[in-house]
Amino acid sequence: MLYVSQLINALQLGSIYALVALGYSMVYGIIKLLNFAHGDVIMVGGYIALFSLTALAFPPVIAALITVAGCTLLAVIIEKLAYTPLRFAPRLSLLITAIGISILLQNLAQLIFTANPRSFPTQMLIPAGSITLGGIQLGFVPLITIFASLLSMAILTFLVQKTKLGKAMRAVSEDMGAAQLMGINVNTIITFTFALGAALAGVGALLYAAGYPRIEPTLGMMLGIKAFVAAVLGGIGSIPGAMVGGYLIALLEVLVISMGLSQWTDGAVFLILILVLMVRPTGIMGRIQMEKV
Amino acid sequence: MKKNRILALSIAVMLVIALLAGCGTGMPGAQNAGNAEGEVSIGVLAPLTGPVAQFGVAVQAGVQLYVDQFNAQGGLQISLEFFDEEGQAAMGVAGYHDLVDRGVDAIIGAVTSGVTMAVVPLAYDDNMPMITATSTHANVTVDADTGAVFTNMFRSCFIDPYQGTKMAEFAYEVVGAQTVAILYSNEIDYSIGLYEAFEIRANELGMDVVAVEIFPDEAIDFRSQLTNIAAADPDVLFVPAYYRHIALIGPQSVDVGLQDTVLMGADGWATILDFMDDGSSLEGAFFMTGFSPEVEDPLAQQFFADFNEATGTAPSMFAAQAYDAAKILIAAIETALAGGATPDDVAPFREAVIAAMAATDINGVTGHITFDQYNNPQKTAVILVIQDGEERLWGTF
Repeated sequence: MLYVSQLINALQLGSIYALVALGYSMVYGIIKLLNFAHGDVIMVGGYIALFSLTALAFPPVIAALITVAGCTLLAVIIEKLAYTPLRFAPRLSLLITAIGISILLQNLAQLIFTANPRSFPTQMLIPAGSITLGGIQLGFVPLITIFASLLSMAILTFLVQKTKLGKAMRAVSEDMGAAQLMGINVNTIITFTFALGAALAGVGALLYAAGYPRIEPTLGMMLGIKAFVAAVLGGIGSIPGAMVGGYLIALLEVLVISMGLSQWTDGAVFLILILVLMVRPTGIMGRIQMEKV
Repeated sequence: MKKNRILALSIAVMLVIALLAGCGTGMPGAQNAGNAEGEVSIGVLAPLTGPVAQFGVAVQAGVQLYVDQFNAQGGLQISLEFFDEEGQAAMGVAGYHDLVDRGVDAIIGAVTSGVTMAVVPLAYDDNMPMITATSTHANVTVDADTGAVFTNMFRSCFIDPYQGTKMAEFAYEVVGAQTVAILYSNEIDYSIGLYEAFEIRANELGMDVVAVEIFPDEAIDFRSQLTNIAAADPDVLFVPAYYRHIALIGPQSVDVGLQDTVLMGADGWATILDFMDDGSSLEGAFFMTGFSPEVEDPLAQQFFADFNEATGTAPSMFAAQAYDAAKILIAAIETALAGGATPDDVAPFREAVIAAMAATDINGVTGHITFDQYNNPQKTAVILVIQDGEERLWGTF
């Protein structure tokens, strides 16, 4: 019984990690960029959700749509303004730019919203309550978190596997030059990838805020880093890998905490990162890339 | 060539003179000497921004109110120098040096125990009179390594062991708990102090400590710990932590099915409902505090009204304790001045202020205050209960 409850905890946390890790993985898959500003897009999403629920008093569905749309718009703007001009620059310049955007967003948020944390009105998004199944109490928040993430991931898989856009995305990630020669508009596809990753981040922001109702400018930092580790563990660039990685990292954290070693949670996650990079840098599901001659 | 050398020399001389002049103005104590009315400068170390800003802002408001009221009486004038230490030990140390450079005669602060404990050894070496309104860790006034008392350091709040002990007794006598669990952070000195005292007293009283779980200071997910606690099904869960943790622990405890367990906390919970959008998850929780406006005491009532008028908000416990801290310190400064000490004679003045503080025996808004041999105040605890989404007075205990 205790194990099942702990498993639910891990699934809830893992769902959020997986959603965020997907954004990392997809962007890396397509332009080889570790988008370190991704976590901060989630932070902005948290504030958008907070204000559309409280100050603007929108109904939950509208507020959720605004949050997802806001995150998507922000990511597209970042991509157009900061990353597109560096398309043919060295990868390192792109990485440094991403870190710069991350610092910019965090400090802007601190300037506008102050460093003081704000409480998130979870009940305005997901009603309080729980159901009891076989002696195990399941809160609405964890249930909806798990369900909403699985649904988002199913939609994503459909988009990537079954639609023309998804096919083009996979083609660009395989070989950008060849894709361009075959008539695929690479710029559109890259923007679409950012938008898709950010939409998932928007869902992640909503679920994160509902589960951990404390919004602050540095919210995205640790979440982003954990999701990055999840993406690396799953195999960066791989979509199913990011999902698996997210759930595995959360399982590990819950395991460490439930053994009474809670101060080692972050340490254990980063140990995994080091081990993966040392033993199998392509992660669980990453492709081993051949050097092209 | 020679001309250039002369020019260089004269510039150098000018710079040195400017530097010396700068030093002169850097010592406000010397400037104050000629002031017939007398002016004393008090530094305040408090986190005005950052994760514990709510505490710092309340302390600032409490001190400001007392000083404004005091200055309005005429005679001795108090000037305040604030430094925002952001709740960080390193910033606290920087702030202490900055306040000393600004020439303060005594210090109120810091706010959280971790910061105050970083500053105290420096203040002790300088014999700087210091009083904190909120730092409750035992080692704020006693050196952890040597056991020696920091004679210059006082406080107007309860100490951690006292709160932990009191809450264990409350759980046993009032709640009637047989089994208790504790969730604390081993990265927060305040939390550790309360946890240890609570566990010791709980064992002495014969209650069963069925679960002890820990969390890192920056944790946002407490469900795993709470799930373990829920499995042990305790009568009482004691959470000695700050409002920013409780705001997350409250709703998450309901998620894992802990709603039949009585949550209990200490003064780190103060102002918790201001911070929570929905306090229903804490319904029925008890926590200890140093002040409640509902306590029938004319001084407390008067303070409540004055604070409300000055700021437009109700005072928190921190504001009340800060008000008392300012009162204790300024009363001691008056005693020292009456005894012939002057702020210009830094060492004897500090000594006189400290001696006067040690002999404190006054009625504050948080009760009658005297200090024990460890410079900790002796006063009764106020217990609050969360009912219908509001903090209500349960009574004194």
